[in-house]
Amino acid sequence: MTVALETRNLVKRFGGFLATNDVSLSVRQGARHALIGPNGAGKTTLINLLTGVLKPNSGQIILGGEDITALPAHRRVRKGLARTFQINQLFGEFTPLESVVLAINEREKIGGLAWAPLVAHTKVVEEAAALLQRFGLADVMGERTVVLPYGKQRLLEIALAIASKPRVLLLDEPAAGVPEEERHEVLAIVRDLPADVTVILIEHDMDLVFSFADRISVLVAGALFTEGSVSEISADPRVKAIYLGEDA
Amino acid sequence: MSSASETLMSSTAGKPETTAMALLRRRNSWRAYEIVLWLIAFAMIFAMPSKALILTEITIVALFAVSLDLILGYAGIVSLGHTAFFGLGAYAAGLFAKHYFAEPVTGLLVAGIASGVLGFVTSFLVLRGSDLTRLMTTLGIGLMLAELANQMAWLTGGADGLSGVIIGPILGQFEFDLWGRTGYIYSLVTLFILTWAARRLVNSPFGLSLKAIKTNPVRASMVAIPSRHRIVAVYTIAAVYAGIAGALLTQTTSFVSPDVLAFHRSADVLLVLVLGGVGYLYGGIIGAILFTLLRDWLSVITPQYWMFWIGFVLIVIVMIGRENLARWHTFLPEPLRRAMTRIANWRPGAKIGGSR
Amino acid sequence: MLTILFDGVAYGMLLFVLACGLTITLGLMNFINLAHGAFAMAGGYITVVLMNRYGVSFYWCLPIAFLVVAAIGLVLERTLYSRLYSAPHLDQVLFSVGLVFMSIAAVDYFMGGQQQLIHLPRELSGRWEVFGVGIGKYRLFIIVICALLAVALQLALTKTRFGSQLRAAVDDGRVARGLGINVPVVFALTFAFGSGLAGLGGALGAEILGLDPNFPLKFMIYFLIVVTVGGTSSITGPFLAALLLGIADVAGKYYVPQIGAFVIYAVMVLVLILRPHGLFSREGTR
Repeated sequence: MTVALETRNLVKRFGGFLATNDVSLSVRQGARHALIGPNGAGKTTLINLLTGVLKPNSGQIILGGEDITALPAHRRVRKGLARTFQINQLFGEFTPLESVVLAINEREKIGGLAWAPLVAHTKVVEEAAALLQRFGLADVMGERTVVLPYGKQRLLEIALAIASKPRVLLLDEPAAGVPEEERHEVLAIVRDLPADVTVILIEHDMDLVFSFADRISVLVAGALFTEGSVSEISADPRVKAIYLGEDA
Repeated sequence: MSSASETLMSSTAGKPETTAMALLRRRNSWRAYEIVLWLIAFAMIFAMPSKALILTEITIVALFAVSLDLILGYAGIVSLGHTAFFGLGAYAAGLFAKHYFAEPVTGLLVAGIASGVLGFVTSFLVLRGSDLTRLMTTLGIGLMLAELANQMAWLTGGADGLSGVIIGPILGQFEFDLWGRTGYIYSLVTLFILTWAARRLVNSPFGLSLKAIKTNPVRASMVAIPSRHRIVAVYTIAAVYAGIAGALLTQTTSFVSPDVLAFHRSADVLLVLVLGGVGYLYGGIIGAILFTLLRDWLSVITPQYWMFWIGFVLIVIVMIGRENLARWHTFLPEPLRRAMTRIANWRPGAKIGGSR
Repeated sequence: MLTILFDGVAYGMLLFVLACGLTITLGLMNFINLAHGAFAMAGGYITVVLMNRYGVSFYWCLPIAFLVVAAIGLVLERTLYSRLYSAPHLDQVLFSVGLVFMSIAAVDYFMGGQQQLIHLPRELSGRWEVFGVGIGKYRLFIIVICALLAVALQLALTKTRFGSQLRAAVDDGRVARGLGINVPVVFALTFAFGSGLAGLGGALGAEILGLDPNFPLKFMIYFLIVVTVGGTSSITGPFLAALLLGIADVAGKYYVPQIGAFVIYAVMVLVLILRPHGLFSREGTR
């Protein structure tokens, strides 16, 4: 089994608070790996550590066998680690077309070219159009992003991550905040992600987790509580207790 | 915007690549207002030869403001010391002409390179920190240069300024005349070439990535944009532009004084840009026209105290809100507004592109 | 040598009083107020007018300058500044530069462009020679007043109810509001008080710093240095920064007049690069 992404003894402190406590996680190539845990378990901190938004106090992050702990965020993306955000992080005044073209440009390392107009890079434009088509955004590709319905924005959020052709994709609650009638569209996209892309899903919605994931890690209070297959985790009484405890 | 793209959509239904290509092509086609602006600017050579001096001044201020727009409007850096590059360019051009070679185009290049080097070096200082630290660093660098120019009298002539600058004919062909007509043509051509280049720059992948950094730095880094490199690059380019603007001032007036480094120039150029609008490149040019006319008019009615009214204008702009000023046309009656949008968005060949 | 040190301390103390209002607006309220010097200038001109035209005693001028400028500050805060607290920094810069330009032109119009002179009371002019050190009486007077003010300020910020309200309002406006603190009033009073101090500093400094319409621009950078170098986590930071700047400036102008100002700007840029939160800030290295 090839390991796509691995963390070794990852620790992050905020003052005296231990947000990530010695997390060693290993994600198989092509996996659908879900990361669950009650509120405040440190899921978002872990994501931020993985993507380089935060620097760990100690520990290592290894992507495809390469230590990326010291790399800044944008270099990690270039190495094939993309993410979506729990709350949309989009370019409000850009059109979806411009946004996707931007992401593809950077992936193709032509984002620093300052002379030819966007339209001159035909291959990029064709790829962008195809991607937008696939995500059901073709008919709004010329609108300003801020005026799009939330579900469409959510799709664009995922499209931007896909545009950088990641080996590992971190999805932070992809369906969060999407109205019911637009939800299936987002879920369909998530389900149809290419099989060779390793997906790490952070999610609250247990139905979604159980239907999508093939492996689940449970985080509690910053530490890795347990890990297993869907059937193992769903049968684990301790996991149930944690969630029931939170609900009660 | 939306109606325009809908018509595009319907005409090219089912072909997303074609739509995408058409949309992006529209993005950098010349707008009517741009063409009109340049036509008028060049027509002024013949229409108002007696006003060549003030026209030259507008052109130089415009280039300076376009340069500021590159870093403020496209990279989001608020600078209070942009005149450092303008002033360095002015002195570089003056000294170069005085001691080495009097041909002005070479002087422009030399000044541009000098300012570019300073811009590149200082760009690393504006990468970090908050708006306030950036303000202070840019302001500090500007003041340091002003102080240097003042103290190094053996080189710069100190407070009296650098005199005895004699500028040769442009490319050895065109002599500067007393009425400033050659000067205007020369400055205008320079402005046109540089604005055209800046236009390409902002419409390129590089320009798109700059806007991305400015709108959402978090996401920008998550689509793999190396923000620091891009900001260093645009800051350097803007410094080159400002240096060339300063050099134009030296060459058209045959004189440099420490005034080119004074704080009020940094403030003025901010006002110019804000008057014209930040972030679409022509704001600098339109602002320069408004600012120069305004100042001229004010200095006629209140010779000593025009500064008061400039300050007043600044405060009024802020209080009304820059966004509201940018949307001034939305306060017009509907038919007039629609006609204006149509004129402003009209571009040659638009129909052909749309019906394909 | 010691005379220079003494003059430097006096100058630094003066800078502290002038700039400490800015520490609050710029440092704590995060408002880039480049017009702070205009308030100081107002204090200076009030003193000049009262003394030279109406023969008011210098000692009376100081509190009057404080009060009048504080009132001006209060009015401007309520009408204009308060609308821009959450505006982009660019807007704050434009606005305050506009205010500076207006004040310069207005003062020029009413008072003329020349340097203003005030005649200090006889007991404050002249100097004592103590062990070969020249102690200017007026400078000693300034040191005493400013030191008292600094101590009073420190106590006011840490020990009084208003001080804790201010710190709460600055830390988290929403929470403070929840605690029943009237944040706008706290801000307005603080702004007025800071402006008043600038006015007082302007009145005290008219003799030493010189007073002409360009005052706000000439000293803007000094005030900003005090705040950025000193940091904003306490009163002590700016106080030390002001002293350092005062001594460095006086010494620089005396020993190396050619490059004095240059060195100061260079040091400021260096400090900003190395410790963007200020030299004396506890969070400086973050």
